[in-house]
Amino acid sequence: MTEAIVLTGAAASRGGAPVWSGVDLAIPRGEFVAVLGPNGAGKSTFLDVVLGLLPPSAGAVSVLGQAPRAARPRIGYLPQRRSFDASTRIRGLDVVRLGLDGARWGLPLPAALSASARAAREKVEEVVELVGASAYAARPIGTLSGGEQQRLLIAQALVRDPELLLLDEPLDSLDLPNQGAVAALVQRICRERAVTVVLVAHDVNPILGYLDRVVYFAGGHGVEGPPREVIRADVLSRLYGSTIEVVETPSGRLIVVGTPDAGGHSGDCGGHDHAHDTGPDPDHAPAPEHLAGPA
Amino acid sequence: MGVSSPHLGWDLLADWEQLTTYPFMVQALEAGAIVAVMAGAIGWFMVLRQQTFAGHTLAVISFPGAAAATLAAIPVAFGYFGACVLGALALAALGREGRSGRSGESAAIGTLQAFALGLGFLFVGLYGGQLAGLEALLFGTFLGITESQVTTLLCIAIAVLLLLAILGRPLLFASVDGSVARAGGVPTRLLGVAFLLLLGLAVAATAQITGALLVFALLVTPAATAQLITARPGRGLALSVVLAFGVTWLGLGIAYFSPYPVGFWVTSLSFGLYVLVRGVRSLSHIRQQGTNAPHAAEAAA
Repeated sequence: MTEAIVLTGAAASRGGAPVWSGVDLAIPRGEFVAVLGPNGAGKSTFLDVVLGLLPPSAGAVSVLGQAPRAARPRIGYLPQRRSFDASTRIRGLDVVRLGLDGARWGLPLPAALSASARAAREKVEEVVELVGASAYAARPIGTLSGGEQQRLLIAQALVRDPELLLLDEPLDSLDLPNQGAVAALVQRICRERAVTVVLVAHDVNPILGYLDRVVYFAGGHGVEGPPREVIRADVLSRLYGSTIEVVETPSGRLIVVGTPDAGGHSGDCGGHDHAHDTGPDPDHAPAPEHLAGPA
Repeated sequence: MGVSSPHLGWDLLADWEQLTTYPFMVQALEAGAIVAVMAGAIGWFMVLRQQTFAGHTLAVISFPGAAAATLAAIPVAFGYFGACVLGALALAALGREGRSGRSGESAAIGTLQAFALGLGFLFVGLYGGQLAGLEALLFGTFLGITESQVTTLLCIAIAVLLLLAILGRPLLFASVDGSVARAGGVPTRLLGVAFLLLLGLAVAATAQITGALLVFALLVTPAATAQLITARPGRGLALSVVLAFGVTWLGLGIAYFSPYPVGFWVTSLSFGLYVLVRGVRSLSHIRQQGTNAPHAAEAAA
């Protein structure tokens, strides 16, 4: 079995309303895949279907060669942006550790008494090191910046050695340098650990250089393929059912023009219209974030 | 003279002997210890889950329960536990509806709280005249604890702490990181209801000693202080228990040798400790920022 995710004629609906239908896609193992599309096109719904949280209303879904629910222990999942309240007095290390054995009943033994607790601590330190968060992992998570929190949350999703990593908009609230840095980190993890990574993104440009494949949801359907074969005027026009243009800037950015604005939010229309001219979130000053993992 | 009125000296052993001369004082120390340990542990989770308003509401709800039990001439403990368990279930039902918005939830809880206070007022009015009873319900009866009450409190505390030990880790996961916990198979909804019930039991037990209004001296303040001091879950939990226990016994001890009520001392001690820790923290924070400033300037340059 070389496919991580296979959808065959799959459809999904929420509360009786169809989100997308007739989706066929096959994501090979070990690839870095972005899920794109306008707001409400069903990107998060796709993750819910893969996680087994939402059964498909039609068609078949196979995840890591299993039914979605059965494959869940082998999946690492990072839900859509949760920011920790500044008053959350729990260390980053503890948040990562909860990803390892937080679902278990009973109290953990202190590391001094038990070999398995020591092993757990080492595992936590290993993934924290992997995402380059060792310097601040012992600080309360509420006091960390968005980029630092996001790295620790990726470490949390990785701590059980998943074969498939699902990241729901992990770049959403990060400033531009951090978006690139986190994308580079995710690609490195994908390559080094042979983990299949499925990342939901608003804007493909900061991650375009790292991707193997994109899945694009729009107009109640979804298509899949290498980025430059999917983000093309003819493919997207067929998907949206209206004329779409794709412009490539001299620096290699892709700008999608003419998408019917689904949600009315600027910057959400296909994610590409605005490229970066709107700039990163002004609330996130380019503070001394950790731009790259350990060299 | 001087034989019956306690006298505080430098000989701690003699002071302790004086303190434990009377059975009512021994029972107060026992009940205080039991309640403090339970409130310290449950309170730590309550503060972490940002459910202090729910906890406060349960404390207020215990008041009509106790007043109704007094009116019906049944043991007050039934009133406390019955009202708090019902209140916990009501809060759980409200939380289910208002899950999407915290503000909607807190408004609903506030409504419940006001109604509970009104009911309590009615029961006290129906009982007629006995205002001394009202004061005990609101501000506690530290020194009127019977031996059988101590036994009941001990049983409840053991049950609550045992359950908390079993649920503790997934509860922590669900409290800190609900969406991931849910995706990882943790029954977050069920844990939320279970925690409200445990909170209800702890509040009912604590309210019997501290009264409905001073519950928070043991439930919130030690936990909040502990969370200011450490962000490690194990240590924070232990510290919260130790602090709650410490202020209770110290408060009882000081009150014994002073003319002022126990409730005042316990609340003042825990409040003083909280203020002290906050002060020290912000001082060290300022100093840290002072030392960090040159680095920030370097980075900007």
